Amino acid sequence: MAVALLIIISLITVGSAYFFGQSWIPPLASAHGANIDHQFKLDLIVMGVVFFATQLALGLFVWKFRARDAKASSGPIAEPSARVELMWMAIALALFLGTNFVGATLWAKAGITGESSAKSPVQVEVNAVQFQWYFRYPGADGKFGRTDTKLQDASEGNPLGLDRNDPAAKDDVVTSVMFLPENREAELTLRAQDVIHSFFVPEFRVKQDAVPGQTIRIHFVPTMMGDFDIACAELCGLGHYRMNAKLKVVSEDEFKKMQQQPK
Amino acid sequence: MSQPKSSPAQVAHPSSPGILRQILSFSTDHKTIGLQYFFLSLIAVLLGMALSLIMRLHIIWPQLRIPLLGEIKPETYLAFMTMHGTLMVFFVLSTAPQSGFGNLLLPSQIGAKQMAFPVLNMLSLWTTVVSFVVMLAALFVTGGAPISGWTQYPPLSAIEAAAPGNGLGMDLWIVSIAVFCFASLMGAINFLATTLRLRAKGMSLMRMPLTVWSWFVTSMLILLSFSVLLAAVLLLFSDRHWGTSFYLPAGLVVNGIAIATKNAGGSPLLWQHLFWFFGHPEVYIAILPGMGVTSHLISTFSRKRVFAYRAMVYSMLSIGVLGFLVWGHHMFVAGMNPNYVMAFSTLTLVIAVPSGVKTINWLGTLWGGRIRFTTPLLFSVGFISLFITGGLTGPILAQPEVDRYLHDTYFVVAHFHMIMGMAGVFALFAATYFWFPKMFADRLMNESFGRIHFWMTFIGAYATFLPMHFLGMAGHPRRYSQIQGSAEYIQKLLPLQTFITVWAIVLITAQLVFLFNFFRSMRLGKFSGANPWDSTTLEWAVPKPGQKIVVNHGPYEFGDFQSSGSQRDFVMQSDSPFLTSNPSDTRP
Repeated sequence: MAVALLIIISLITVGSAYFFGQSWIPPLASAHGANIDHQFKLDLIVMGVVFFATQLALGLFVWKFRARDAKASSGPIAEPSARVELMWMAIALALFLGTNFVGATLWAKAGITGESSAKSPVQVEVNAVQFQWYFRYPGADGKFGRTDTKLQDASEGNPLGLDRNDPAAKDDVVTSVMFLPENREAELTLRAQDVIHSFFVPEFRVKQDAVPGQTIRIHFVPTMMGDFDIACAELCGLGHYRMNAKLKVVSEDEFKKMQQQPK
Repeated sequence: MSQPKSSPAQVAHPSSPGILRQILSFSTDHKTIGLQYFFLSLIAVLLGMALSLIMRLHIIWPQLRIPLLGEIKPETYLAFMTMHGTLMVFFVLSTAPQSGFGNLLLPSQIGAKQMAFPVLNMLSLWTTVVSFVVMLAALFVTGGAPISGWTQYPPLSAIEAAAPGNGLGMDLWIVSIAVFCFASLMGAINFLATTLRLRAKGMSLMRMPLTVWSWFVTSMLILLSFSVLLAAVLLLFSDRHWGTSFYLPAGLVVNGIAIATKNAGGSPLLWQHLFWFFGHPEVYIAILPGMGVTSHLISTFSRKRVFAYRAMVYSMLSIGVLGFLVWGHHMFVAGMNPNYVMAFSTLTLVIAVPSGVKTINWLGTLWGGRIRFTTPLLFSVGFISLFITGGLTGPILAQPEVDRYLHDTYFVVAHFHMIMGMAGVFALFAATYFWFPKMFADRLMNESFGRIHFWMTFIGAYATFLPMHFLGMAGHPRRYSQIQGSAEYIQKLLPLQTFITVWAIVLITAQLVFLFNFFRSMRLGKFSGANPWDSTTLEWAVPKPGQKIVVNHGPYEFGDFQSSGSQRDFVMQSDSPFLTSNPSDTRP
């Protein structure tokens, strides 16, 4: 029994290490994401070492100290001194907090949440409704026009309730596919009008909830052209699983052309 | 391994109909109430497990028609998911380890005859039963059970038009949880009073078994956290029916219809703060008793005292305190002020320290022991293994920028199913095999079936929940009712999802072995004798009639006592004070 336990625990440990080492994460396509990937790898290594050490110790101890006969145990084993306990705690604290400190500074370094500090970021308003994403671009004037929920009519092609009498709204473009230019900072303004949704693009390492009553800004730089999937990551109702959209990262020129001839 | 000698029945052993009558009685006896809680949880866990099977099948095979239920729609999946989470968290993991085994054993282990308030105890049990019935009723009303998950984030849970199941089903959920809160609060007060007031002479706090400590700390957590949940669900009810807007901002448009125009100023984040202020301590409510059981059993079967007993006590207390300071780590990408995250992240990582201390001390207890490979020991070792695996993904999720990627993916599902679900259930299995004689008139469960059950469950648990980490790393969001029709990159993960479903079926099948063994042993189990596991604590002591229990020893005194004239390798807590193995060993 003891041997079986040691073998199974070892197999699980080695198997886990092997599978966690595979590249499950989709290829990176944003500027800030390299740090996150690096940190995740560091986490997996640090936690992996602790995992290996503790699991194998568990397996080895139950095997090594199995009772071979019915004799009584050899008597009380000395309690560890307070110093030994404190040393354990200090090591654990240093290890976990150290890893975390590096990780936590990334939050500020990546600085995804909040307004963009870039000179002229691409502005996109991301609107989430059950179970659809709408993307609004401000057009040539760089300003988002007025919207009114009373004017909303998806069948009339106005799902966001744009007020066409507002001059700033005249050149606004609303799409159901998101376009972003490569290598330029994008500033997204997340809104939700019914329930909480979450904007998630795995390749960008970006996820942010869109919360009714709040306007949340995030920003990042796409670094790879191509088609990506946007998935909803916060349970939003029965159609949660199918609430996705395409994101196309194109060249700057192509993006400009699209802005001029909205489709 | 010590095979307990079968002894003739000294007392009248009730037969099965006797047990049924006992379970359905309005009893104030702590053992009966413990058993009643246990069976309530058993029904809940079987139902929750059945729901998970349907969910696993639906994810990979959405067109499948389930007998009696027909085709499962996405909203049915989500309703089952909500009920699965609610049943497992509230009626299994918060009920069986604490109220079930706590009631069964707490008074016996501290040398009390009863709980401090036996009638209040009966009231908490039947209030929990009412709560359970109301919860089940939600499955059968028009629109079905709510679909917004056990976390019930508004506005989805607050607005009727936002989802089917948001009518009567949602109201029943709220009522059930509110009633459950009352029941838990009553139970917690009773546990605290009993532990503080009814300990036998000589049972100092530092002589209490670690199980008692874990129920004690858990009771404090229940008292402080369930009161907050109660307030939160009442506010949710008020938002739904009385036109308030605690959680609802102005200008909501659902299904193209502007609703509740009088709402203003509320915030969906308020619910998340209140809910997770309860919700995070709740995960410790679920796992602390399991830690107590594991410490107790690892010591008993290693034939060694618990390594660093005091550190075990203090680590439980510090987990309890820290558990209240970390709720924000559930909300890194929820729209909370980004400046808060550093504090929540750091405090979360600090919890890794007492958890690490516990793990090291379990290993320290095994070290140098003479380990007896009984089924309860196997499940305790399984607990430690799963606790390590599930625990180590915690510090990863606690890092805000990494969590931005992993949040709300299967990585989180894997994390909490490992550490709270599987580890919690392993502790429950260990406790059931170990204390079965205390539940059913000195009978033992069958060891061979127990081992088969252990191996299938241990391997099944890893094979089911480990791959979920990889789904999460690949960016698969959780709470997707099916793969068909979701984003393209998710559809590519179908083979891995299918693998998980296959192993989930194995894992569920393994539980049939347990059920067979459990019900068979109730009538046919071998008799255990007074102290089948050579245990030290008071529930196994048989005091002579009229004799008062006096505690003379610490809870885990194993070793060589031949110098005092004893052939056993342990002293029970109530044994004569002159039984010592070593003069320095008698300190309280």
